[in-house]
Amino acid sequence: MEDREQVPGPILGVEGIVKRFPGVLALDGVDFSLARGEIHALVGENGAGKSTLIHVLGGILQPDAGRIALDGAPARFESPRHAADLGISIVFQELTLAPNLSVAENVFFNRQPTLGLGIVDRRALYGRTEDALRSFGLEIDPRLPAKRLSVAMQQMVEILKALARGPRVLVLDEPTASLGAAETELLFEKIRTLRVSGCSVIYVSHHLSEIFRLADRVTVLRDGRRVDTLRACDSDEAKLASLMVGREVRDIYGARTTEIGEEVLRVEDVHKGKKVRGASFSVRAGEILGLAGLVGAGRTETGRAIFGADPLDSGRLVVRGKAVRVRSPAEAIRHRIAYMTEDRKEQGLFLKMTLRENCVAASLDCFRNALGMLQEKVISTHAETMCALFDIATPSVRQQVRNLSGGNQQKVLLTMWIGTQPLVLIVDEPTRGVDIGAKSEIYQLLRQSAARGIGIVLISSDLTEVLGMCDRILVMREGRIAGEFARGDATEEKIIACAAGVAPEAAA
Amino acid sequence: MGEGDRAMATSAAVSRAEGSKADRKARERSVVRAVLDSHEALLAVIIVVVGVVLTCTSRDFCAWPNLHAILLGMSAESIVAIGMTMLLVSGGFDLSVGSTMALTGVVTAMMLKTGAPVAVCVPIGLGVGAAVGLINGLVVAHVRINPFITTLGTMGIARGLVYVLNGDKTITGLGQSFTAIGQGSLTVDLCFVRFSVQYPIIAALILVVIFDLLLRRSKFFRQTYYIGGNEKAAFLCGIPVNRMKVFMFALTGLLAAVAGVITLARFGSTSVSMGVGLELKVITAVVIGGASLSGGAGTILGAFLGSLLMAIIADALTLLGVNPYWNNVVIGGALLTAVLIDTLNKRRKGQL
Repeated sequence: MEDREQVPGPILGVEGIVKRFPGVLALDGVDFSLARGEIHALVGENGAGKSTLIHVLGGILQPDAGRIALDGAPARFESPRHAADLGISIVFQELTLAPNLSVAENVFFNRQPTLGLGIVDRRALYGRTEDALRSFGLEIDPRLPAKRLSVAMQQMVEILKALARGPRVLVLDEPTASLGAAETELLFEKIRTLRVSGCSVIYVSHHLSEIFRLADRVTVLRDGRRVDTLRACDSDEAKLASLMVGREVRDIYGARTTEIGEEVLRVEDVHKGKKVRGASFSVRAGEILGLAGLVGAGRTETGRAIFGADPLDSGRLVVRGKAVRVRSPAEAIRHRIAYMTEDRKEQGLFLKMTLRENCVAASLDCFRNALGMLQEKVISTHAETMCALFDIATPSVRQQVRNLSGGNQQKVLLTMWIGTQPLVLIVDEPTRGVDIGAKSEIYQLLRQSAARGIGIVLISSDLTEVLGMCDRILVMREGRIAGEFARGDATEEKIIACAAGVAPEAAA
Repeated sequence: MGEGDRAMATSAAVSRAEGSKADRKARERSVVRAVLDSHEALLAVIIVVVGVVLTCTSRDFCAWPNLHAILLGMSAESIVAIGMTMLLVSGGFDLSVGSTMALTGVVTAMMLKTGAPVAVCVPIGLGVGAAVGLINGLVVAHVRINPFITTLGTMGIARGLVYVLNGDKTITGLGQSFTAIGQGSLTVDLCFVRFSVQYPIIAALILVVIFDLLLRRSKFFRQTYYIGGNEKAAFLCGIPVNRMKVFMFALTGLLAAVAGVITLARFGSTSVSMGVGLELKVITAVVIGGASLSGGAGTILGAFLGSLLMAIIADALTLLGVNPYWNNVVIGGALLTAVLIDTLNKRRKGQL
C-alpha cells in the first residue's frame, strides 16, 4: 500500500484501533506504523483523532478494539507510567511542569539521581540538567523555579523532561505552538540528532510547513480515520491540506477588498519595563499591520501596554489625530482600542459562561437601559447575529463556551472585541492551536473587519500567516521596531534576519 | 441505484418519524431537565416536598406561629447570605461576617447607652460593619492576600474587639424606640386571614428581592459573574476588577451590620457570642443554593432557599423530638448532597 516494506521492522505499530466516546467515534480502525529512527508527522483538523491516538499510545486511554505492537511483540499500555516504562515519552501541548519546583527537579521528576537512601544528589541533579540545557543551547539556571520561565522556555524544559527518560519513541504534540522561530530551529536540530541516535519521533502539528522540513512520512487523519500515509518528499502543503479538509484548499488568506484609509492609531516612543523600549509605529484604517519578531521581542508587551493592561511607562498614543491617555483596559475600550489576547483560555474567554455572555463581556455598557439593567433580549439577538455573521457552530447562544471547538472559541473571542466597535484591533496570535479550516475562517473575519475600516495589528509568530495577511510588516527586536517591510518585498528570510539582528541592511 | 435510493428514502422517513417521537419525549423530559438545571427550582421542589411530609407528620409545622418562627430565625442569616453570595459569585468569600455582626451589635448598644438617638446610633453601627468590609476588600484587592487569610484575620480581630468592648457584662435596656426595629411587627390582612409579621422578616425579604433582581439584571452587579468566571479576562474586558472587589466586601460588611443591628434589636441585649459560626452556616446555605467556591455561579434567591431549607430541617428535628445535636449532621449531609447533585449534573452535561 505504501512504503512500509522499505523501512524494516517498525518500532511501534497499531492496527485497527477503535475508540468510542459517548456519541462520538473518535478513532475508527486506525492503522499506523512508526519505523526506527523515523520522524513521522501526524496531521489532521481538530477532532480528527490525533489526540485520541496519542492518548492511546501513551496509555492514557484504552482502545475499544485493535492491536498494538511494540518492537514486533504485542503490547498493551495499561497506564501512562507503563507506557513510559516501555520507552514511550509524550510531550503534551498543555504544560505539565510543577511551577514551584526548580527546572532541574522538573526535568528529573520522579527520577532524581540519588546518593543512596533516597537522598537526592543535588550536585548531579543540577549538573546533569545544566548539560542537558546546554545541549539545547539554553542558558537557564537549573535552580530557577519553573514558573519564572517564559512559556517558550517551559515548553523546552518539558521536552527535556521527556528526553531525560531516554525514550525509544518520543511523541511531540504541537511542540512549536508557543515557540518563536529561533527556538523552533533549535528544537528541529535536536529532533534530527535524536533520529540519528535511533529514537523515533511522532510529530503532531498544525503547521504544515514544519512538517516538510522535518518529517520522513506523514499520516493524515480525518474524522477518526486514516486518510493516507505519504512520504513527505512526495507531497506538498496543498495536497496535505486538501487531504485534511477533504476538499481543495486554495488561498486561505484571501485578498484586500477596500482601500486603506486615514491613520487611526499612532504609537510614539512607547516604553514599558525592560521589554518595550521605545516602540513607534502607526496603523491606518482598513490596514492589516503585521508585528513579527522572536519570542521575547516585546510584541505582546507592546500590545498590552497600548491597551492599558500593563499601562505604559512613557510614550504617546494618538487615536485619529487626538492624543489619548490609556491607563486601563476600560480606558482603551473607551478610546476604541481593542486587544485580543494570545491566551484564549486563561485570559480571553469566560469558559464556564455562555456564548451570549462572552459575546458582550467587553461591551456591557452598550446593553444596559436607563436603570442600569441589562437588556437580556437585546443581548441574545446580538449574540445570534454575531453567530450568524461569524459562522460560529453552536447549538444555541446559551451554550457554554468551553464546549465549543478551539476555532469556534477563537471566533467567539473575536466577536467579543468586534462588539466594542474598535477603531484599532490588536490581535495576538489569533490562529494559535486552531485547525486549518477555522484558520481560513478567522483570516476572512479579519479581512472583513479591515474592510469595515478597522485598523488591525496582527501579532504573529507564524511567518506564512504574516506574509499572507499583512499589508505592511514591522519586525520587533529587543523592544523596538527593527525594520519595516512593504507587502511586496517581504520574505521569510528577510524577516528572520531582521528579527535576529544578523543583517541590519535588510531593514528597509 | 434505484433500490438504494428507495431504501434511503424509507430509512429517512423512518428516522423522521422516530425523530418526532423523540421530540415529544424530549419535550416531556425537558421539564424535568429544566428543574434539574435550575438550582432554585430544584431547591423549591425539595422544600415543598419536605414541607408536605412535615405537614403530614406534625400538626404544628404548618401553623403560622411555627412558620413565623422559622422565618424570624433565619432573617439575619439570609441578609448576610446576600453579601456572601455576591462574594462567592465574584470568586471571593468572607469569614468575618459573624464577628462583624457581633461588633456592630456591641458598638450600637454602647452608643445607645450614651443616650444618643437611634437615628445616630444605627448609622454608626452600620458604618463599623462597612468599615470592616472595606478593610477586607482593600487588603484582598490591593495587597492581594487571599480572602481566606484576610477575613480569618479580621474575623479574629472583630471578635476580639467584641470581648474587649463588651467585657463579661450584658448591655441591656436599649430603649423601646430601638428594640422596635427587631420586635415590632406588621399585621397583614389577607382575605379574612390576619397574621402579623415581625420587622426582621420583612427587612430580609425586601433586601433579598431587591438584591436578587440587581444581581440577576443590573449591569453593575452582573460584572461579578465575569470576575468570578475569569478574573484576568474580566480585567482585559475593561471591568474594574479591584474596585468591584472592594465594593463587594464593603457591601457584605454593611449587610452583616444590618443583620447585627436587627439581631440586637430583636433580643434587646448584647451577646459576645452573637454570630459565632454564622459564616460557615451562611456559606453552607449559599452553596446549597447553587454557588460554587470557584466563583462564577450562584443566585441570591438560591441562597435564600438554601437558608430556608436548613431552617426547616432544624425546625423539623425539634418538632419530631430528635436530639438537636443531630442538626449539624443533617446540615452537613444536606451540603454534601447538594454539591453531589450539582457535580453529577455537570458531569452528565459534560458528556452530552
